[in-house]
Amino acid sequence: MSGQTSPILRIAQIVFGVAVVFFLLAPIVAILPLAFNSSVFLNYPIESFSSRWFGELQSNDMWRRSIVNSLIIGSGATIVATVLGTLAALGLRSSQLPFASAIRTTFLMPMVVPAVVLGVGMQMLYGRLGLANSYLGVVVAHAVLCIPFVLVSVSGSLNAMDPWLERAASSLGASPTRVFRRITMPIIMPGILTGAVFAFATSLDEVVLTLFVAGPNQRTLARQMFASIRENISPAVAAAAFLMIVGTLCIAGLVGFLRWRSQKALKPA
Amino acid sequence: MMSSAMRARLRALGLIMPLMAFLLVFFVWPLATMMVASVTDGTVRGVLPQTATVLAKWDGEGPPTPEMAASLVTDLRMPVDSLAFGDAVRRLNSELSGFRSLMSRTASAAKGAGEGQALDLVAIDPRWGDAKYWLAMKRAMPLYTDRYLLAAVDLERDASGNVAGLDANTSANRQIMLRTFLIAASVTLLCAAIGLPYALIAAASKGWVRAILLIAVLLPLWTSLLVRTAAWFILLQNEGLINDALKTIGLISEPLPLIFNRTGVIIAMTHVLLPFMVLPIYSGLLTIPANLMPAAASLGASRIKAFRHVLLPLAFPGLMSGSLLVFMVALGYYITPALVGGANDQMISSVIAFFATGTANWGMAGALGLILLVVTTVLYLVYGRLSRSPTMVAT
Repeated sequence: MSGQTSPILRIAQIVFGVAVVFFLLAPIVAILPLAFNSSVFLNYPIESFSSRWFGELQSNDMWRRSIVNSLIIGSGATIVATVLGTLAALGLRSSQLPFASAIRTTFLMPMVVPAVVLGVGMQMLYGRLGLANSYLGVVVAHAVLCIPFVLVSVSGSLNAMDPWLERAASSLGASPTRVFRRITMPIIMPGILTGAVFAFATSLDEVVLTLFVAGPNQRTLARQMFASIRENISPAVAAAAFLMIVGTLCIAGLVGFLRWRSQKALKPA
Repeated sequence: MMSSAMRARLRALGLIMPLMAFLLVFFVWPLATMMVASVTDGTVRGVLPQTATVLAKWDGEGPPTPEMAASLVTDLRMPVDSLAFGDAVRRLNSELSGFRSLMSRTASAAKGAGEGQALDLVAIDPRWGDAKYWLAMKRAMPLYTDRYLLAAVDLERDASGNVAGLDANTSANRQIMLRTFLIAASVTLLCAAIGLPYALIAAASKGWVRAILLIAVLLPLWTSLLVRTAAWFILLQNEGLINDALKTIGLISEPLPLIFNRTGVIIAMTHVLLPFMVLPIYSGLLTIPANLMPAAASLGASRIKAFRHVLLPLAFPGLMSGSLLVFMVALGYYITPALVGGANDQMISSVIAFFATGTANWGMAGALGLILLVVTTVLYLVYGRLSRSPTMVAT
């Protein structure tokens, strides 16, 4: 429908499109150079370029520990969420499961329940269970939030899979375990990995639940950034943001690659 | 045949069981704990357990009995956490003022007197002879209470047990709920106003233009929420890029107040939530056959007419689910208002967080949380129904 578009409308479309793209991308681009600013203020203009704030992330005990904590908690939550989410996605696929759609809706609920509400409940419960201020508690809390992403991603690749492959394998005498290991698992692997990547990214960015259930020893990078913006705006925040943006781009590239591979696997030439 | 279907069902159940159990313990149980906290009040009965039992049997008619006085003295002689005692006194005082002095005087007298020695409460303080203090105590005793739920919407029970409005100065929960609703609605409207034309342009474009338009939506979605909020913090401050740019081109001489106020919160939230609006509309538009608009034109429809009667109705389901999604997520927002908002831009989530972590008032945190949870769940169910409706399946 571009053929007969009037020039005025066309120009309006271009101006609007450029303006929105600018609105969406400018903030993310604007924060990047500040990571290399030598000034102690988190602001422009850039006095001179230096890597002192990356050094700060490494040498400052708070920042270093928070990065380590994020990696520990993120890995733990990713493992828990990926295992539980993948199993559940396999179970939900069965036509024999009663109330499958209601169960799926329930499993996706952690994605929509406001984090503050879940956080208040968890803080009360953890107090009773003795999980407050423990790594296990934070890992579990993050895993709850990560599970829907794994479920959606694995279910997606299961739906895209040709069911006849499994039937063919079992008709040729393969046991269910063998069918899963040799047929199902390799085909849905990109879906599982995508889910795991999403899970890790979710855990990395989580602040609210961490505020409620983590003690000072479990302070994560996101939690530390939140505190830093709120209390003492240090340019170390920009350095941390830089690392997170670069990490995000790598993760997005990885997911794109996995998608591309799974599409190639599903549509053999 | 039957047994193989049975086996398949059992296997499916076995596969979902671990997640089911996990979410029951770490998702449903916390939410249930919060709900129970919103209707439970153990502050007074925890400190005065015997008095609670005796008062439960008292019908509230006639003068206070010696048994009631004796049980109160026994309770007050028990060693008790001073924090919990303070909470209980505050709770009693909220029923009827005067309990603060009454309880502290009585407690020190009870502890001062020898073990097993009978005490005349009326001699310690004549107010104990007045049944209204015992009635107030009785009202504060029940384990289950609706006071937090009522207080969450600025209501309370008066002395005779009727629901009444709270004094306008003492609570602002309704105002905060209204504010939460207004902020979420403004953000949703802004996202719709920007997102709908943007999705239309993206769906109509081709090649690298479309790729750029989509990457511009997906990249922020992939970027940490905290990073995006930090970025807005940098842009919006008084010496930030936006104010500097406006000053340089001479539009303003004094910096515009953009941060720690409503403007900043709405700008940052719109930025964060815009992808949730664009993506559903865009994916709905993609499924529209490319020849539909030319077909409308060939049938004599003007461009505006074709747009209004063909394209817009087809974009509508995506617009609806996008709006619901944005509104639902916006209602529970905490981080962005906390970082770029001022004191008057805090939404219901920060009030909940304040009650939970600031004052350990679990009843109020639970009651406000329950309201937010119910609203969000209802919106989610509507959203699920909407995205499964025939029009959406067709797209």
